[in-house]
Amino acid sequence: MNRVLGALVALLAGVCILSLGMGAVAIPPDRIASILAARVGLDLGVGFEPHESITLLLVRAPRVVLGVLVGGALGVAGAALQGLFRNPLADPALIGVSSGAALAALAITVFGSALALPTRFALPIAAFLGGLAAVVLVYRIATVGGETSTATMLLAGIAVNAVAAAATGLFVFASNDQELRDFIFWTMGGLGGVTWAAIGAGAPLLILGVVPAFFLARPLNALLLGTSEALHLGVDVDRVKRRVVGLSALTVGAGVALAGIIGFVGLVTPHLVRLLAGPDHRIVLPGAALLGAALLVGADLLARLVVSPAELPVGVVTALVGGPFFLWLVVRDRRRLPVGGGP
Amino acid sequence: MRSTLRFAPGLALAIALSALATAVSAQAPSTLRVVSLGGSTTETVFALGAEGLLVGVDQSSIYPAAAEALPDVGYYRTLGTEGILSLAPDLVLAAEGSGPPAVLAQLRAAGVTVVAVPGGEHPRAAIDKVRIVAAALGRASDGEVLEASIQADLERLAAMPMPSGVAPRALFVWGRGGQTMQVAGSATGAQAMLELAGAANAIQGFEGYRPLTPEAVVAAAPEVIVIDADLLDRLGGVAGLASDPALAVTPAVQAGRVVPIDVLGFLGFGPRTAELAIDLRRALAER
Repeated sequence: MNRVLGALVALLAGVCILSLGMGAVAIPPDRIASILAARVGLDLGVGFEPHESITLLLVRAPRVVLGVLVGGALGVAGAALQGLFRNPLADPALIGVSSGAALAALAITVFGSALALPTRFALPIAAFLGGLAAVVLVYRIATVGGETSTATMLLAGIAVNAVAAAATGLFVFASNDQELRDFIFWTMGGLGGVTWAAIGAGAPLLILGVVPAFFLARPLNALLLGTSEALHLGVDVDRVKRRVVGLSALTVGAGVALAGIIGFVGLVTPHLVRLLAGPDHRIVLPGAALLGAALLVGADLLARLVVSPAELPVGVVTALVGGPFFLWLVVRDRRRLPVGGGP
Repeated sequence: MRSTLRFAPGLALAIALSALATAVSAQAPSTLRVVSLGGSTTETVFALGAEGLLVGVDQSSIYPAAAEALPDVGYYRTLGTEGILSLAPDLVLAAEGSGPPAVLAQLRAAGVTVVAVPGGEHPRAAIDKVRIVAAALGRASDGEVLEASIQADLERLAAMPMPSGVAPRALFVWGRGGQTMQVAGSATGAQAMLELAGAANAIQGFEGYRPLTPEAVVAAAPEVIVIDADLLDRLGGVAGLASDPALAVTPAVQAGRVVPIDVLGFLGFGPRTAELAIDLRRALAER
């Protein structure tokens, strides 16, 4: 167990315990322990109120679990894409996932009432399919005769993002005030109101996307040397591209569906891990998952506490807190910032 | 010692009285803790004189001014469960559109009574709100008094003379984005209020609230402009409207027929609806 990964596991555990223990409803630690013990059939002899138990088990715990899953997925997707493109600016938004998901979600918000669809289920499913469709389109455009050009993929991503943004603009024009406000809040992300049922639906997709990504560490390391070197080392580069893009679409699409659009986590966590532990993907991939999870759970805790009893959108917090911190790191390490392919 | 004795009867009486008060309050639902969602819901609670029960409101509850002093649980369509639970409410009065639904379900699971307050963009909606809210608060008799007063306002409105022989064509402006005015089309609460006051909506080409190009403003040729008071201040009053090339050529601005209104009250269809319609009809008659 690498030292950095050990520290990140400890950090994530600490943030999760804080996040379970703190919130607008004050629940003393002994009661939290008692509620959790009662859940598995143990009686600790500490009494608690029913609303405390509901708050902890049905409101807070699902948020923490969702934060871990989505934050981890965003971190891994970001790390894998940065490794694949050998570009420190690569993140899931770059290949169209987020904008495709946003467009589909808005389309459902505007037309859903007309189609008599239950928005609660239709929106996440549409967001997932929209993100997937955008990525497939980008990937197909960039693939000629079985070879995928990374540069074309970036350009196609930019074009698909522009078209999706324009179409989103059309929907914004056509939507009424409330639909617009709903959509804007959704684009800022949030872990609130999530239920165990929703997590049950989304978790398999997220886990299916995250776990196989860890097995891409070796080929991604080979890619750090350059495409031709990787080919010489026996890496099937196109298969790696397919897998990275597919897994990113899966995880980010499912993440967007459950928690809206949360920027910044996928972009920044891989950098932080590389700063701590160097560019080896065997550390960077799991590290980005752990740190992304800790970052999102921590941001959600702040979002719940700062303006209590109201809540801030979590995407606002990740960018507000993460942005300046990341900027400070960049300024501090200007000379030795490890970039995907750089030394 | 003696002084203590002298106070003893009074003290005993005070204790007896407070015990009695406790017993009474245990019966009456005056100890209810209520969170009110939606501006017109909160107005209704205040109009019933039940504001003492409120422990929290949403972001849109800014009238009366006292509502702003209460804890704010955020935007009523993107609520957080735990924030509301932290106020330990017994009852949540939820305006139409409150949510997300999962949050309301979690509140119910935590033992909070969630009462859906109906929406609707017509004067009857105000009375429906009063009925539901008064019943939920256990103040049916106050509710009947308030219903009667709203009903009396509506009858007073019906008895008022119309502004003129022909309903003046009014343009309802509630916002401005860049060079376009955000106006009310058909099938809107704004149109319902204009008609209630005796005006006609000058815009009939589309439904809902939309940005209107300057040329369409000219073509609509409104005889009156009904505009959000804060927006009018930001635009620099009637003189500011006259500096807008499209509005400047409308009969309304040329004759100075601009009526500022409180947009939240105007579109809320709560206890003030009939009063605001009366005010607007009076303003139309004066201009």
